[in-house]
Amino acid sequence: MFEHLDPVFLARVQFAFTVSFHILFPSFTIGLASWLAVLEWRWLRTGKQVYADVYKMWVKIFAVTFGMGVVSGVVLSFQFGTNWSIFSDAGGNIIGPLLGYEVLTAFFLEASFLGIMLFGWNRVSPRLHFAATVIVAAGTLVSAFWILSANSWMQTPVGFRVGEHGLLYPTDWLEVIFNPSFPYRFIHMVTAAYLTTAFTVAGIGAFYLWKKRHIAHARVMLGMAMIMAVFVAPLQLLFGDMHGLNTFEHQPAKVAAMEGLWETTRGAPLVLFGWPDQEAEITRYAVEVPKLSSLILTHSLDGEVRGLKAWPENERPPAAVVFWTFRIMVGLGLLMIATGVAAIVLYLRKRLFEARWFQYWCMALTPAGFVAVLAGWFVTEVGRQPWIVQGVLRTADAVSPVMAQSVALSLAAFIVVYLFVFGAGTYYILHLINKGPEDGEGVYGGHGMEQPPLVTDVARKKGGRHVQS
Amino acid sequence: MFSLEGFLDLPLIWYALIATAVFLYVLLDGFDLGVGILFPFAPTDQCRDAMMNSVAPFWDGNETWLVLGGGGLLAAFPLAYAVLMPAFYIPVIVMLLGLIFRGVAFEFRFKAKEPTRWIWDYSFHFGSLAAAFMQGVIIGAFVQGVEVTGRSYAGGAFDWLNAYSLMTGVAVIFGYALLGATWLVMKTEDLTQQWAAKTASYTLIYQALFLAAVSISMPAINADIRQLWFSLPNVFFLAPLPGASAVLIVLIWRHLRRGKEVGPFLMSFGLFFTGYLGIGISMWPYLVPFEITFRQAAAAPASQSLLLVGTVVLLPVILAYVAYCYYIFRGKVSGESHYY
Repeated sequence: MFEHLDPVFLARVQFAFTVSFHILFPSFTIGLASWLAVLEWRWLRTGKQVYADVYKMWVKIFAVTFGMGVVSGVVLSFQFGTNWSIFSDAGGNIIGPLLGYEVLTAFFLEASFLGIMLFGWNRVSPRLHFAATVIVAAGTLVSAFWILSANSWMQTPVGFRVGEHGLLYPTDWLEVIFNPSFPYRFIHMVTAAYLTTAFTVAGIGAFYLWKKRHIAHARVMLGMAMIMAVFVAPLQLLFGDMHGLNTFEHQPAKVAAMEGLWETTRGAPLVLFGWPDQEAEITRYAVEVPKLSSLILTHSLDGEVRGLKAWPENERPPAAVVFWTFRIMVGLGLLMIATGVAAIVLYLRKRLFEARWFQYWCMALTPAGFVAVLAGWFVTEVGRQPWIVQGVLRTADAVSPVMAQSVALSLAAFIVVYLFVFGAGTYYILHLINKGPEDGEGVYGGHGMEQPPLVTDVARKKGGRHVQS
Repeated sequence: MFSLEGFLDLPLIWYALIATAVFLYVLLDGFDLGVGILFPFAPTDQCRDAMMNSVAPFWDGNETWLVLGGGGLLAAFPLAYAVLMPAFYIPVIVMLLGLIFRGVAFEFRFKAKEPTRWIWDYSFHFGSLAAAFMQGVIIGAFVQGVEVTGRSYAGGAFDWLNAYSLMTGVAVIFGYALLGATWLVMKTEDLTQQWAAKTASYTLIYQALFLAAVSISMPAINADIRQLWFSLPNVFFLAPLPGASAVLIVLIWRHLRRGKEVGPFLMSFGLFFTGYLGIGISMWPYLVPFEITFRQAAAAPASQSLLLVGTVVLLPVILAYVAYCYYIFRGKVSGESHYY
């Protein structure tokens, strides 16, 4: 039944599925870890119980999400080999050390101090516990640094030479690590992760306000999230624009697909909507703003923008996917900025925490960050096709010599398992949200233990002093 | 280009480092997978709570050694990584799925209400079981050799599957169960500890039988390995290895009988070490038996050099804070807690 399946396509679908699922978790935990550090800092500084309560509610959600991020991430570290063994062989000299540094500088740090963060409440001092939270937060950022460096190098490869058997050899590590698209992609992604967390937290805070539950806690959530919406969402537009200009310089075919532009044009219009037709090489039903694309990309009304026809057919990305996911991402980004503007207006009218319509609005935007992150990754990953390493190695030439049947079966297994396991995780997170923060729950946070953590000290026990909450 | 090639034997150093990372993985995740393997057999729910809590702060860090093994192999020996992953495609995927079920069980079990908690109890058990079994299968298939053409795996989807690899799969299950049981002897008290000590004795017997079976069969199925172990003067240098295994088995047995708490766990580490060393010596110098040596698979000297600098600086730091975390959570766990 699998004779007609294309192994390259299957390997891509499988990798897209597992990596898309995975990116949802770090997108959330990168921002959440930093926010938890801020909350714990506020708590230590002010002594206000509300910060501790909010911390203890969200650290449980963090634990569930982080656990799912870990297990879905371990899969990826093997899938480079199971799905893309030719790429692993050819690019291992360059990608390998970057991933190795991610493990050495980030994964161990996060995994070890996460244990203290979740279970260490009555085992270490508050300051040390705070340090553990900060270390975990830093670990998530360091991890993002390396993995985005590796991804960016595959988009804009420099600092290497091609040797025997098509193997790639590094010639300058600083060029490799800080390759042309890396700084932009790193800033754009970390900001995206912060906004994803902010809008999730805002949505939950709005939910409590709407339900008139946990008002004090909800104000902290919505208030802090809106600070992000006001200041960071507009910055993201700027970062995204800079990233786009960088892509225009280094991967112009991707930008042509994003714009739905087929003919190389001076004074290119900005296509707001339309349907790029790969066969007919036109964008149907296009709604255009004259000359705007040239203005954005070249900062000149008559600047030249290369269209997709400038590349041979077998070097063009599939335009429709790139075109539409780009519009989803930008659209959601604009909604986030609008949210920030609305928040300022409401705040000045002293109605930020009271306006009902705004609570609905924020609840509706709860998943906005996740959708925008996924859409953005589809833009950049589909947009670099047909290359796995831009201009160097084609995706079709990088695939493992594994039978299509094996890949199809494992893809089916991944889909079933992920939907079940991560569906259950989502259910438990929703349960935690519904339960909400508890007032003065005591210091025993992680895992919803009402009693102290189970690891009781022998010495204490022998002294007959059982730790009580 | 920066390289340490001129004065260091980089491939050899990396061979040793990857071997160490994989060994640490086997030991550390071995005991928490072992706890998962033994999980449903514990006498009471309270015991199960204590078992799970004894490994909850550590499993994530322990599994990171697997990522280091995989990532390190890609970095230091990309050719070996590129051949072995497709060769063991199915067992690797099943292992990963098992690790997913095992890993999420820690969080989900704490969150689940009574009527559905059993799902995550079994998720923990069967996830651990599948991961351990597949790791054993991979080892068993690995020592029998991998078919290679050019720079790619050339065998079929089920080359790894035979009676021998299934046997090693079961052997690893019992090996990890021994590590898990002796860990519980060290970390728990009362009923859980008594049960764990008894279980450790049983699994020790099975482990001894499997070790003997593997030790006899490896030279039997491969002439080169036979030659390596039984030729003069090698036999005199290598004989202490199975000898040490035998002594350790007796010592673990006696320590368990005397109710010692720490000794059995540490000596189980020793038992794994002798077994691991035995396999390593038999496979030397191949990373893809019997086709690609570690020198042939080595990454560019510039790549091995860059990561070596980081490893030399960071590995001691990692080991220090990992040890610190074990220190923080030292002492006995109990199953006395109530969950919501």
